[in-house]
Amino acid sequence: MNTNRLLTITISILILGAVWTFMSRVREPSSQQPGPPPNPKAGFAAPDFTLDTLDGGQLTLSELRGHPIVLNLWASWCLPCRSEMPAIEKAYQHYKDAGLIVIGLNTASQDSESDARAFVQELGLTFPIALDRDGSVQSRYQLLGLPSTYFIDRKGIIRAVVVGGPMSEATIQSNIENLLQEK
Amino acid sequence: MFPFLRIGPLLIQMHGLALLTGLWVATTWIDKESLHLKLNATTILNMIFYGLIGGLIGARVIFAAQHLNIYFLNPLSLFSLNTGTLDLPGGVIIGVLIALLIGRREKLPLRPTLDALAPGFAVMMIAIGVANTFSGNAFGSATRLPWAIYLWGEFRHPTQIYETVAAIIVFIVWKIIPIESQRSGIRFLQVVAFSASARIFLEAFHGDSVLWPGGFRAVQIIGLLILTVAIYLTKQWGKAERE
Repeated sequence: MNTNRLLTITISILILGAVWTFMSRVREPSSQQPGPPPNPKAGFAAPDFTLDTLDGGQLTLSELRGHPIVLNLWASWCLPCRSEMPAIEKAYQHYKDAGLIVIGLNTASQDSESDARAFVQELGLTFPIALDRDGSVQSRYQLLGLPSTYFIDRKGIIRAVVVGGPMSEATIQSNIENLLQEK
Repeated sequence: MFPFLRIGPLLIQMHGLALLTGLWVATTWIDKESLHLKLNATTILNMIFYGLIGGLIGARVIFAAQHLNIYFLNPLSLFSLNTGTLDLPGGVIIGVLIALLIGRREKLPLRPTLDALAPGFAVMMIAIGVANTFSGNAFGSATRLPWAIYLWGEFRHPTQIYETVAAIIVFIVWKIIPIESQRSGIRFLQVVAFSASARIFLEAFHGDSVLWPGGFRAVQIIGLLILTVAIYLTKQWGKAERE
């Protein structure tokens, strides 16, 4: 192919591309449109759940709208979960007055409640611990590995997902600060 | 979608593995093309290596600079393996600048060097498509077409596959329809122009496009700008070649 032929082809593509860009622009989304569907991925709504908590109460994710949320899925036998938990507790203490809510979601279907309780006491965790006894929430979040952490904004949209760990303190805190900056 | 592979206690990110494999194949092609163009392949590969390392460090430093209060208290987090704490655009700019500085210091001729990089660029575009196929990122908009894939709760355009196929076609075009003028930089521009064209057309099927005012998709506008610059340079470099 010579240069002139290449130029003819690319200029034709440029003209067609400009027309295509104009034709394929997104019309203003109507206010009637529903938000993104629930999916365990950044940009989608966090799948809702109601679970018993370790202290005998109940917790529903959707009732916490208006707060930035860190949802951490863990198990007592998972070593990276153990390594990152003190940093999550530290972040919770630092940001809870700014409205941050942390939920430690114990994957109880693959853990024992007594081990989970001992884990929480040993590490001095003060945020609510939800128990996924039948594994339904793990399946809704398509759990691929432990720990898995979801950073959820005030509107209930997942903003960041971290699968695997341990997360560094900077990873946790920078994601939380991003959530807190959004109004 | 196959984002992770678990091997014992290890959780391997498949998109990262696809990108690393792509990098390996890309450098192999660059090495081969450098020799073909009678360039110093070792110098070119060193330039890529230092550009990548510099880009990685730059991406972390720029991210840390945006969160100084956090990193001041946790300086060890600078060495975290988490890719979420990297500023990718900043890293790309720093990596390219470092590569340019090294190329200049080593007196690498610009346009022949770009031609040597062309197959590597084309291979990396394929690797990005494969990486997105594994991770489910860069997903398509909802559709009822027979080849739609079920992803993230909807039947969607398989945009990751469209982009992989388009990148393979760009690579094949580079391979089997060579530009007559060698060492002029135009073979590199050919790959860049065709890759930008593919993105302009395929972005319309995306379900995750970043939108700019007027509902225009950011990637399409950037693609049009890149294509325009590629056309301008093709004209200029073609003229220089004839003279």
